[in-house]
Amino acid sequence: MTQTIDQGRRTFIKASAAVGGGLLIGFYLPAASRLAEAAESPAPLRPNAWIRVGEDGKITVIVDKSEMGQGVMTALPMLVAEEMDAAWNQVRVETAPAAKAYINPLLGMQATGGSSSVRGSWEPLRKAGAAAREMLVAAAAQTWGVKADACRVANGEVSHPASGRRLGYGELTARAATLPVPNEVFLKDPQEFKLIGKPVPRLDTPQKVNGSAVFGLDVKVPGMLTATVVRCPVFGGKAASFDPKQAKRIRGVRHVLQIASGVAVVADGFWAAQQGAKALQVRWDEGAHAGLSSAGIRDKFATLAQRPGAVARSAGDAARALQGAARKIEAVYEVPYLAHATMEPMNCTAHVRKNGCEVWVPTQAQGRVQQTVAQVTGLPAESVTVHTTFLGGGFGRRFEQDFVAEAAQISKALGVPVKAVWTREDDMQHDFYRPATYNALSAGLDEKGLPVAWSHRIVGPSIMSRVFPNMVKNGIDPTSVEGAANLPYAIPNLQVEYTMHDPGVPVGFWRSVGSSQNAFITECFLDELAAAGGKDPFHLRRELLHAAPRHKAVLELAAAKAGWGKPLPKGLYRGIAVHESFTSFVAQVAEVSVSGEGEVKVHRVVCAVDCGMVVNPDTVRAQMESAIVYGLTAALKGEITVMGGRVQQSNFNDYPMLRMDEMPRVEVYIRPGADTPGGVGEPGTPPIAPAVANAIFAATGKRIRRLPIRAEDLKA
Amino acid sequence: MISLTVNGKQEQVAASPDTPLLWVLRDILGLTGTKFGCGIAACGACTVHLDGEPIRSCVTPVSAAAGRSVTTIEGLSGDSGHPLQQAWIAEQVPQCGYCQSGQIMAAAGLLAKNPAPSDADIDAAMSGIICRCGTYQRVRDAIHRAVKAKRGEV
Ligand code: FES
Ligand code: FES
Repeated sequence: MTQTIDQGRRTFIKASAAVGGGLLIGFYLPAASRLAEAAESPAPLRPNAWIRVGEDGKITVIVDKSEMGQGVMTALPMLVAEEMDAAWNQVRVETAPAAKAYINPLLGMQATGGSSSVRGSWEPLRKAGAAAREMLVAAAAQTWGVKADACRVANGEVSHPASGRRLGYGELTARAATLPVPNEVFLKDPQEFKLIGKPVPRLDTPQKVNGSAVFGLDVKVPGMLTATVVRCPVFGGKAASFDPKQAKRIRGVRHVLQIASGVAVVADGFWAAQQGAKALQVRWDEGAHAGLSSAGIRDKFATLAQRPGAVARSAGDAARALQGAARKIEAVYEVPYLAHATMEPMNCTAHVRKNGCEVWVPTQAQGRVQQTVAQVTGLPAESVTVHTTFLGGGFGRRFEQDFVAEAAQISKALGVPVKAVWTREDDMQHDFYRPATYNALSAGLDEKGLPVAWSHRIVGPSIMSRVFPNMVKNGIDPTSVEGAANLPYAIPNLQVEYTMHDPGVPVGFWRSVGSSQNAFITECFLDELAAAGGKDPFHLRRELLHAAPRHKAVLELAAAKAGWGKPLPKGLYRGIAVHESFTSFVAQVAEVSVSGEGEVKVHRVVCAVDCGMVVNPDTVRAQMESAIVYGLTAALKGEITVMGGRVQQSNFNDYPMLRMDEMPRVEVYIRPGADTPGGVGEPGTPPIAPAVANAIFAATGKRIRRLPIRAEDLKA
Repeated sequence: MISLTVNGKQEQVAASPDTPLLWVLRDILGLTGTKFGCGIAACGACTVHLDGEPIRSCVTPVSAAAGRSVTTIEGLSGDSGHPLQQAWIAEQVPQCGYCQSGQIMAAAGLLAKNPAPSDADIDAAMSGIICRCGTYQRVRDAIHRAVKAKRGEV
């Protein structure tokens, strides 16, 4: 039997008997954000399975999010297990197929991003777990002929203390599946949590230490061929003609064919395909961007920055206050394009058949995979089965569909399963880059050195114009101004503007998106104001954050743990920064030394985070450590440059990564919070660049106003 | 035909001699625990042992492994019982996990030569292995933990 009940406006829970025995709990989530409403096509109410309780007592939680290292395959099952009072060793995890029921209520599509997984699932998954628990308890009470409230649950068992009887969940599933879904479910008081808030070991760790975890690149399908695609090095260019002869001479190369993005060389394995790709001769039509260069892009940005942009935030009258200020400070900040460089290069395996398609892919956006394949093949989206593998990193890159389209096109043309594999060079030169921006800032101080005016003009390309155009309103892409328009400081006159300009370099979501750069720009400029006004950078922030209690609290926690104001060993200097993103608040203090040659070494990072209620503190810690390394790599090394319309970097030799010997000691302090959980995958990235840059100022008196930090700018 | 020993098993592979060992392992022998990250010896994701020495399999032609013995992550222990694997679990090192085969094989190579490495030794042996998820601090802690476990201190 099947039951569907509207659990208030937000969640619909459904229960049914599983095929082959056991209990299934499913639910459907309506859109819960502006973005979701914008992105969602009206989906029919069609709840899908989320929890399966087997007759053996094993509880399988279907996780609709992609595991890319952020620990979602553990955090989401924890929510269910908590409310079910399950024993953690009964819990299994499975990845969901692509289906409308798994639409992310915060994103409006089945996707993993925006640090939204726990934020979006926090209530519904717990409600589903609580419904399952209540039905299992009701089944036990019925079996024993006792009242449900005379029963207790713990460790996946229902007991009746008065009579000493007990039954495991597995034994109760058959009866539970015949019972009505409770009208109302009661969630636990957080005080009673047994799993949530504990450092529960990740479910995916064992397979990641013995080589058995299957990433996209590891997929094996019988009869599969491997393809690499040779693309025009110039953005927007096309193959005018090609000669396959040389490529076909390579042993193992089977086919050479043109597809939308370039020319595909298809072979028995990767090595032959790559050799074929090297031998292939293509004449390119380089298109409109052949003259594009980083210097030209910068000049254009600088010109545009002289004109007013669209207003993203306005308070008081910044222009007037600037004129009347006792002191005026101006600065230009610039950040480069950045590649994602996930450790696993892009790849996708597709098998297009007459009446459907199977796809094996490390993706952050299963719903978009279905749409992409449907577009390429003309098949209905529902006939596209998506198997999500482990992701060897995502960081926003695996939201994109370019590699999916390629695999589908080649498989469609050849009628066999095809794994399309990118080389590192492909990955670095054909990314959707973190936008480069140019920022003109000015601020005014009063006689006491306190800021009375703040003006920030941003010029750069827009991600949303391509991805979700209806999110762009009145010339403002919210991702371009996030972290700038929501400046938390109490400055009475404030103006934030944005001028959209797309030079032709593709841009996309990159870990923490707009905040990844706007935190650097705003937190460094605020540091400049502190220095100009003769104030301590920590104290000025504190003073200006009186109306932003969560910012202030993490700032104070980081400063206290770092020993702000206390003497440091000779040659070490501190910098501080605080930033909110994805409804979490992070402050960091970096301890840095700068050599006479201008070499920067980061010795220690103290990180304080308030991400509301913590599901798994070890995951929060791990994500802060990870996000700090990601942001530090960008601050110290990251830069994609363009010349002749092509990216000049190609691999880790010229787009270097932070390595073990440069790893600072990272300490993470979590501020316990009762608020709804905030994101944790991204918010640790934004504050690290400004914390380090501000420490460099403390060390050298030199301001870092463009990234990456360059030794030549810091030589003594 | 090139013959080599992989994880204790004698293998004959039909590959041209210049094929990198990495692709022989992954595409011919189906051992996909060893990863492809860069193809130019710059990331360490493809690290395996050749006669006990950590090497970059993406730039090692299979001919160089002929008649020799290769160990991959799958062969490090049958049951994830290697002290490093256990330490990796205890310290909850992996995030996405993609680099971790290379990390563990490099660390195993280090411990085989130097049973009690200092932080500087770890820097020297491990800096060739990129982790884009930034697990370095936990990799270091796990290596120290494995050393202690071997001595019976954990
Ligand atoms: S794949 Fe061999 S070192 Fe990167
Ligand atoms: S764990 Fe993801 S690259 Fe190392």
